[in-house]
Amino acid sequence: MSDGREPPTGEHRRAELVVAGAFVVSIVAALLLAVVYVVGGQPQLEGTFLGLALGGMGVGVAFWARCFMPSDEVTEERPELASSEDEVAAFTASFEAGEQTLARRGLLAKLGLGALGALGLAAVFPIRSLGPRPGAGLATTPFGGAGRLRLVDGEGHPIRPGDLARNQLLTAWPEGHVGAADAPTLLLQFDPGEFVPLPGREGWTVENVVAYSKLCTHTGCPVGLYQTELDLLLCPCHQSTFDVLHGAEPVFGPAARPLPQLPLDVDDQGFLIATADFSAPVGGGYWDRGRSS
Amino acid sequence: MGAGSTVHKATPLSRRTARWFDARLGAASFARKALDKVFPDHWSFLLGELALWSLIIVLATGVYLTFFFDASTEEVVYQGSYVPLQGVEMTKAYASALDLSFDVRAGLMMRQIHHWAANVYLATTVVHLMRIYFTGAFRRPRELNWLIGVAMLILSIVNGFVGYSLLDDQLSGTGLRIAYNIAISVPVGGTWLASLFFGGDFPGPDLIERLFVIHILLLPAVIVALVGAHLALVARQRHTQFPGPGRSERNVVGERVWPTFAAKGLAVFLLTTAILSALGGLAQINPVWLYGPYRPAEVSSASQPDWYMGWLDGALRLWPGWEIRAFGFELPTPFYPSVLLPGVTFTLLALWPFLEARFTKDRREHNLLDRPRSRPLRTAFGMSTLAFYTVLFFAGASDVLAATFQTSVNGLFRTFRILLLVAPPVAGFVTYRLCREMVRRDRPGASAEATAVAPAAPDDGAARRREVAPEDAPEHDPASTAGVARR
Ligand code: HEM
Ligand code: FES
Repeated sequence: MSDGREPPTGEHRRAELVVAGAFVVSIVAALLLAVVYVVGGQPQLEGTFLGLALGGMGVGVAFWARCFMPSDEVTEERPELASSEDEVAAFTASFEAGEQTLARRGLLAKLGLGALGALGLAAVFPIRSLGPRPGAGLATTPFGGAGRLRLVDGEGHPIRPGDLARNQLLTAWPEGHVGAADAPTLLLQFDPGEFVPLPGREGWTVENVVAYSKLCTHTGCPVGLYQTELDLLLCPCHQSTFDVLHGAEPVFGPAARPLPQLPLDVDDQGFLIATADFSAPVGGGYWDRGRSS
Repeated sequence: MGAGSTVHKATPLSRRTARWFDARLGAASFARKALDKVFPDHWSFLLGELALWSLIIVLATGVYLTFFFDASTEEVVYQGSYVPLQGVEMTKAYASALDLSFDVRAGLMMRQIHHWAANVYLATTVVHLMRIYFTGAFRRPRELNWLIGVAMLILSIVNGFVGYSLLDDQLSGTGLRIAYNIAISVPVGGTWLASLFFGGDFPGPDLIERLFVIHILLLPAVIVALVGAHLALVARQRHTQFPGPGRSERNVVGERVWPTFAAKGLAVFLLTTAILSALGGLAQINPVWLYGPYRPAEVSSASQPDWYMGWLDGALRLWPGWEIRAFGFELPTPFYPSVLLPGVTFTLLALWPFLEARFTKDRREHNLLDRPRSRPLRTAFGMSTLAFYTVLFFAGASDVLAATFQTSVNGLFRTFRILLLVAPPVAGFVTYRLCREMVRRDRPGASAEATAVAPAAPDDGAARRREVAPEDAPEHDPASTAGVARR
C-alpha cells in the first residue's frame, strides 16, 4: 500500500499542490457563485462558477485518488450464482409443506383467487373515465354544425373574397371558434381559369377563392409554407407537399391523402361562409375514418 | 494526508453513530463486503457510470424545477420581464417556464442543466448499451440486466419527450399533435387510446396536468426502481472483465471499492456535474421564449426534436405515403414508421441475448468479455443496425440539411431512402472484413491481448485457464471459444 505518508518526493509535492490548488479554486468559485446569486443572478456567471466549484473538487479528488491512494489489483473468486442442489431441495421442501396446507382447503383458496381476480377486473373500469368515447369529434369540425358559419381571420373579422390576393395565404377560422385545434383553414385566391376543381366540387369556390384544411393529412401539422411559383403547399414537419391547383393532392413526402376542401359561398353581406363541413375528416388518418365521414 | 490516516482517525462521534445503527441493523458485515467489492477497470466501463451520474443530476434539477413550474392550461396574460411576449395570452405552463427562465434566480441555469443532463443521460445510456452489445456482456448470466436496461432506455426516451412537451410552447404543442396523430393511427384501439390519454380530442383539457404527473412521478419512480435493480444485479453477479493476465471466467481482477474506486467515482460524478453546470449556464438549449406559446395553426419551420427522438422523426419522413384501405377501414401511414418500427426495434433489442444464444447454441456463463473483432458476425450485425438508425437520424434533419447545403429536399429524401437500404449491408460487410483482417494481423506477432492468456501466470491455476480459449480464434465453433459450463 502506498499512501501519502512516505517522505514527500518532488512528484508528491507537485501532486499535493495540484490538489490544493484545485480545492482553492473550488472554494473561491463557490463563494463567487453566492455573490452572483445575491447580486441578482446571471446565467452565464452562475454556470461558470458552479462548474468551477464542482470541477475544482472533481479535479482535486481525481488527483488525490491517482497519486495518494492504493491502486493494487486484487483477484477475487466469483461466487457461484446458481444455488446448490441442497439449497434447492431445502427450499422446495419448505415451499411444498406450505403449499399442502393450502391445498387442503383447495376450494377456499380458489375462491380467494377468484375474489382477487374480480377486484382486478373491476379496477380496469376507472380507466374508462380518463376520456370520452372517440368518434364524432375526430370526424367533424365547428363548420359542420347546423349554421352556415362565416370564415373569420385571427382577429375574428369576417372576410370578403376581395380581401384576398393571388400568392397570399390567409388562415381563417369558423366564426366563434378562432383558435380551435381542428378548424384552421387556408384561403387561397387564384387567377380565373387556373384552378381545376375536382369532379363534384365545381361549386365549392367563390370568385376563385379556395379553402382547404390547414392540417396536414400525415400527422396533423399546420401546412404553412406556400411555394408560390409552383403553387405547392409544404408541410414543415415532414415535408409533405400538396398541389393547391389540383385539389391539394399530395405530390411529395409521406402524406397519403389530399388536404380536405371546404365548400364556400358568400352570405347576403358578401362575407365568406362554409356551406358544409370539410370534404373529409381533417388531420391524420385513423382506423375507421372512412366510416365516420 | 492520505486516505489511510483519515479512516483511522474517525472521530468518536462517528464511531458511536455507526455503532448505534449496527446495534439496530447488524450491517457491519454487509457494509464491509460492499467496501471490499472488486471492480475491474476499463475506460468503457465508465459509460454506465456516466449515465448514472447524469440521471442523478436530471432528478435533482427536476425537483428544483417543480417548485416553480405550474403545469396548468389556464390562460393568463404574460406580465413577466421578457419584453417581446408581454401582454400575450398564454397558458400558465408556458408563462411559468418563462418565469423560470427570466425571473427566478438561477432558474434558467437549472432548466438548461435539466435539459442538457437529460440529453447526456440518454446519449451515455445508448453508448453504454453499445459497449454491452459489442463486448458480449449481455450473455448469461446477465440477460436480466439487459432487459432492465432496455426498459430503462424506452422509459427514459418517453420521459424526455414528455418533459419538453410540458412547457406548452410552439415546439412542444407541435410534437404533441404529432404524438396524438400517431396514437389514432393504431388500428382498432387507436382512437380510444388517444381519447383516454389526451382526455378527449387534441389538445385535450387535462393533457399538461397528466403529462406532468407522468413526467415527475410515474416514470421517474419506475426508472429509479429499475436503476436500483440494475445496480443490485451488477453487485450480485460481479462486473465482467476483459481477458488478460491472471483473469479467468471464475475470478474478478480489479480494484476494491474502498477507497480508490469510490474516490474515482466521486471524482467522475463531480466532473460530470461540473460540465453539465457549465453547459447549463453557457450553452443555450430549448429557448422556449423564441418559439412563442402554442397556437394550433402555427408551426416554426425547421423545428427539431431532441436527438433521441431524431430517428423516429426521420422514419416518419422517409416512409412513403402508403395507406392500406379496405371495406371502409384503413391503416394510416404513420402507423408503420411510428408504431411498428419502434415496436420491432425494441422487441428485437430486448430479445437479442436470447436470439444470439439460440443462434450460437452457446448457453454457458460468460464473465470474460469479447473483443468486438473476435465476434465478426455480431459486430457486423451491430454496425449495420447502427448504420440504419444513423441514416434515420440524419433524415430527421432533412430540412435543416437542405437549408444548410442549399439542396432540394426532394433530392435529399431520395438519397436518404437509398442510403437507408444500402448503408446497412455495406456497413455490415465492411465491418466483417475489417474484423477478419484485424484478427489476421493480430495472429503472427501475437498481440498483447493474445499472449496474455497463453503463458501461465504463477498465481492463478493453469488448469482453470485452459477452459478459456484464446479469444481471437474465430474459426472455432463459437460454442467452444469462451465460457465455462455451469450445469
Ligand atoms: C428520466 C428522467 C427525466 C428526463 C429524461 C427529463 C427530461 C426533461 C426535459 C427534456 C425537459 C424540458 C426542459 C426544458 O427545456 O425546459 C423537462 C422538463 C421538466 N422536468 Fe424533467 N426529466 C426527467 C425527470 C424529471 C424529474 C424526476 C422531475 C421532478 C421531480 C422533472 C421535472 C421537470 C419539470 C418540472 C419540467 C418542466 C419545467 C421547465 O423545464 O420549465 N423531470 N424534463
Ligand atoms: S405532418 Fe405534414 S408531413 Fe408529417
